[in-house]
Amino acid sequence: MSVQSPISSVNDFVVRFANVNGSGSASANELFARSILRHGVPVSPRNIFPSNIQGLPTWYEVRVTEDGHLGARGGVDMMVAMNPQTWDKDVASIEPGGYLFYDSTKPMPSSKFRADITVIGVPLTAITNSTYTDPRQRQLFKNIIYLGALCALLDMDPKLTEQLFSEQYKGKEKLLSSNVHALALGRDWALQNLKCPIGLRVKKADKVGDRIFMEGNSAAALGAVYGGATVCAWYPITPSSSVAEAFTSHCKKLRHDPETGKAKYAIVQGEDELASIGIVIGASWNGARAFTATSGPGISLMTEFIGLSYFAEIPAVIMNIQRAGPSTGMPTRTQQCDIIACAYASHGDTKHVLLFPEDPAEAFEFAAQSFDLAERLQTMIFLMLDLDIGMNHRLCRPLKWDDARQYDRGKVMTAEMLDEPGRDFGRYLDVDGDGIPYRTYPGTHPTKGSFFTRGTSRDRYARYSEEGAVYADNMQRLVRKFETAQDMVPRPLQANAAKPTKYGVIYFGSTSPAMDEAIGLLEARGHQLDRMRIRAFPFHSSVASFIADHDFVYVVEQNRDGQLRSLIVNENGIDPVRLVPILHYDGTPITARFIANAIGDHQDHLKVTPLRKAVS
Amino acid sequence: MTYIAKPKFQHPGLPKNDLGYTHRDYEGKVSTLCAGCGHDSITASIIEACYELSIEPHRVAKISGIGCSSKTPDYFLGNSHGFNSVHGRMPSVLTGANLANRDLIYLGVSGDGDSASIGFGQFAHSIRRGVNMTYIVENNGVYGLTKGQFSATADRGSKSKKGVMNTDNAIDLVAIALQLGATFVARSFSGDKTQLVPLIAAAIRHKGASFIDVISPCIAFNNHAGSTKSFDYVREHNDAVNRLDVITGRDPITVDYAPGSVQVVEQHDGTRLALRKIDADYDPNDRLAAMTFLQKHAAKGQVVTGLLYVDPDSEDMHAHLDTIERPLNTLDAGDLCPGTSALEKINASLR
Repeated sequence: MSVQSPISSVNDFVVRFANVNGSGSASANELFARSILRHGVPVSPRNIFPSNIQGLPTWYEVRVTEDGHLGARGGVDMMVAMNPQTWDKDVASIEPGGYLFYDSTKPMPSSKFRADITVIGVPLTAITNSTYTDPRQRQLFKNIIYLGALCALLDMDPKLTEQLFSEQYKGKEKLLSSNVHALALGRDWALQNLKCPIGLRVKKADKVGDRIFMEGNSAAALGAVYGGATVCAWYPITPSSSVAEAFTSHCKKLRHDPETGKAKYAIVQGEDELASIGIVIGASWNGARAFTATSGPGISLMTEFIGLSYFAEIPAVIMNIQRAGPSTGMPTRTQQCDIIACAYASHGDTKHVLLFPEDPAEAFEFAAQSFDLAERLQTMIFLMLDLDIGMNHRLCRPLKWDDARQYDRGKVMTAEMLDEPGRDFGRYLDVDGDGIPYRTYPGTHPTKGSFFTRGTSRDRYARYSEEGAVYADNMQRLVRKFETAQDMVPRPLQANAAKPTKYGVIYFGSTSPAMDEAIGLLEARGHQLDRMRIRAFPFHSSVASFIADHDFVYVVEQNRDGQLRSLIVNENGIDPVRLVPILHYDGTPITARFIANAIGDHQDHLKVTPLRKAVS
Repeated sequence: MTYIAKPKFQHPGLPKNDLGYTHRDYEGKVSTLCAGCGHDSITASIIEACYELSIEPHRVAKISGIGCSSKTPDYFLGNSHGFNSVHGRMPSVLTGANLANRDLIYLGVSGDGDSASIGFGQFAHSIRRGVNMTYIVENNGVYGLTKGQFSATADRGSKSKKGVMNTDNAIDLVAIALQLGATFVARSFSGDKTQLVPLIAAAIRHKGASFIDVISPCIAFNNHAGSTKSFDYVREHNDAVNRLDVITGRDPITVDYAPGSVQVVEQHDGTRLALRKIDADYDPNDRLAAMTFLQKHAAKGQVVTGLLYVDPDSEDMHAHLDTIERPLNTLDAGDLCPGTSALEKINASLR
C-alpha cells in the first residue's frame, strides 16, 4: 500500500465533529465556525443530528471555503471523533490523507485506525479531570479544550475566538475567564505536544465582506415581523419550531408598545396543527396578518383548512420547513419533498402559491412578501424552506428593508367605499377581471358589506348555491386568480452558460449554493449549461420558454419522485422526456459533487457517438 | 328555504331598542331546519338577547362549524359577518378572529357532534384559553344531517329512532367546561325562552369564555320514546336552579345572598346580573360546588338548567397575552415594522 500524503490545504477543507447529543458540544462547534469567519474566511456549517433529545450521535460539519461555496461539499478532511458509538463509521468517512482528532486518554488498538490518515491524539479527558472536579464542567470544558487544540493545529488566531467569548459572555466575567482558560489549556497542550500547524490551515483573508451569518428559520421569522404579521399560531414540530420561537424572540425585542409596554402581537401555541391553522385562518378572515410554521406531517393535518382557505379565499401564510417524509420519515433530515403536497393540498381542485427561498436573506424577503401576496390574492401562501436552510447558519447578504414600503392589504372594501353611489358589493364578484374579488372585514358597516363565509358552494354574492353553473363560474374565477398570481410572485432567475448550449438545468431553494458550485465543476469537465432557479409556483411563463429553448433540461431536486419536475410537466404540458430528473434524497443536503457527477455522467453519455453512426 | 327572501317590510309600530333597532334588524335568513327544531328556538333567543342588549348587529361575528346547529348563524343577525368553517373547528377560527379584533362580539355556535366529538379538543382548548366569546352548543344528542346517528352527548341506554341502544357513556360538556376553567357556565333548554334569553345576554356581556349548553331536541331523529333528549323527557326532568335577568344599572353586584332573594353577580365589564335563587344551597360563584351539584343531579337522571357558574373577576385571552387595546387588525406598517435602523443593528449582530 502506497503511503498517502497528508492533505495540505489553506482555507479550503471540511472538518466534521462527531459528538454525543446532549454533551454541550453544539455551542463549542458553532464557536469554531464563527472563529474561522472572524478570520475573514467563509464557512458553511451544517448540523447533522438525530431525532432524539440525548445520547444518540450528532455531527456538526464546517466547510471552510475561501471560494465561498456554501453548499455541502461531501467528504471529510478532518474528523473530530468524540463519539465512541460512531467511531468506525467516522474513521471510515475521512478522505485519504485526512486527519483524525481524538481523545487519547485511553489507548486504542491499532486496528481502530487507518494507515492512510494522520492521527492526532489529545488526552482531553485526562486534562479535564486534572483541571475540573465538577462532572458537568468536565464535560462542557472538554469541548472548549478541543477547540483550543484545533486552533493550534489549524493555525488560528486565538484572539479572535477570545473576542467571540467576550461578546458571548459580556458582563459575565467569571464565565468569560473560565472559557478563555479552557481554550488556552487545549491550545497550549497542542503547541507543546503536537506538530502544529498541520496541513490544514486557516489563513486570514477578506472574503466575507459585509455578509451576515444567520439561520433561515430565524430570518423567516424576522421577515414575518417586518411583513406585519401580528398573529402566530403554531404547534411544535421539527424542524420548524425555531421559526415560532424566533418570532417570539424578535417580537419581544421589536414589537412592544413603547407607552404601555403591551404586545403588538399575539402568539398562541395551539393544541395541534389543526387548531394552529384554524387560528391563522380566523385571524386572517378578520383582517390580521397571520401565519403558522410547520413541517410535512403538519401540512397533512392542515389540509382540510388549506382547502377552506383556497375555496373561501381567506389569506394565510404557512411556513413549511421541509424534512424527509413520508409520514414521520426522518424528522431531522432535510428534503424538498412537500412540493406536490403543498401545491395541490386538500381535496377537490386546488392550487396554491409556493415560494422557494434559497437562503436566509431570501427567506426574510419572501416571508415579508408572503403576507402581501396572501392578502393581495386572498389565498394561502406556502413559504417552502427546508431543514438545510432553516436550521443551519448560512452566510448571506445583509437583510434589507425599504422604510417607504407600505403593506399591500389587497382588495378590502371600507365603509366609505360601500357607501359610494352605485357601488355593488358581492364577495365573489370579479370586478377587475383578475379573478380577485373584494372582501370586507367583519364590523365594517351597519347594513352593507356583510357576508357569510363558507366552504360550501355559493354564488358571487356569497349566497349558498349548488347550481352547477354557479359552481363552475366560481372555479373558473379561481383559475383566473391563479393566473394573475404568476406575475405577482418572484420570477425565476436565469443565467446563461459561458458558451452557447443546448442544455439547461432547473433547480430551486436550498439546492442553490451546491448548484452554483456544480456549474463550475461541470465546466471543468467541458459541459455548458444554462440555468434557471425557480422561485415560485405558479410558474412564470419564462419557465416554459426556458425549457422550449433547450433540447432538454435537467431538474435538480431533493426528493425521490421528482416532484418539481412533475409539477412543471403537469402545469405546462411539457413532454416529460425533455426534463431529466437529478434526484438526491438520502436526507443529507445535496452536494456540488453529486450534481456535477450526475449531470456530468449524463452529458458524457450524450457525447458517445452511436456505433451505427460511427461506421457509416 | 334560504332562497326565499324575507320581506323587507317592517311595521312602523314595531318596538325599538335603545339603538332604534327592531327585532327584524336582528333576524337573518329563513331557516332551512325542520319545522319545530329546537335550534330555531335558540335562534329566536339569540335574536331576543341581542335586541335587549341593544347590540349593533354588525359588531357581532358569528362563527360555527358543520352540522344542523352550525347552519343557524345564517338565520340571525343578517348584517353580521358569519363563518361556517369546518367540522369541529369553530373554536380555533373564533380564537383567531378574536385575536385579530378584540372589539367585536364573538358568538360561537356549535352542536354536540361538532363540539363533543371531532371538535372536543378545540372546545376544550378555547375554553382553557379564556377566549372572550359566547360558545353555544345546540345539543340534541344526535347527528341530524346524516339522519340519526348517536353523538357523544347521547346518554348511555338511550335509543335511536331506529331502535339501536347507545352503549357508550355520554360526555357532559357543562361538566367539562367547569373543569377547564370556563368563567361562565350555563345550561338551558331551547323551549325555555324565559331562562335562555337572559342567559345568552349575560354570556355576551361576560368577559371571558362563556359556555352555554342548550338542550335542543331534534324533531326528526331524537324526539321519540327512549330518547333522553326528547321534549317530553327534558320537560319531565328539568330542574332549574335559578331564574335570571340582566340589569344594566351601575350599582355593584353582591354575591352573598339568602335563599329566595336575589343573587347579584359582578361581571368583569361592569354589567350586573341578578339571579333569583330557587335552590337555597346553590352558589354560582363556587366552581367546585357547581361540579358537585351537576354530578349529584346527573346521578338522578335530572337535567340541571340555569347559570351554574360565573367568575366575577374573569379575564380573557387578551389579558393573558397582554396585547394592546387597539385591535391588531388595525395596525399598519408604521405600527408594526421596526424599520431599517433596527435591521442594521440586527445585521451587525450577525457578523
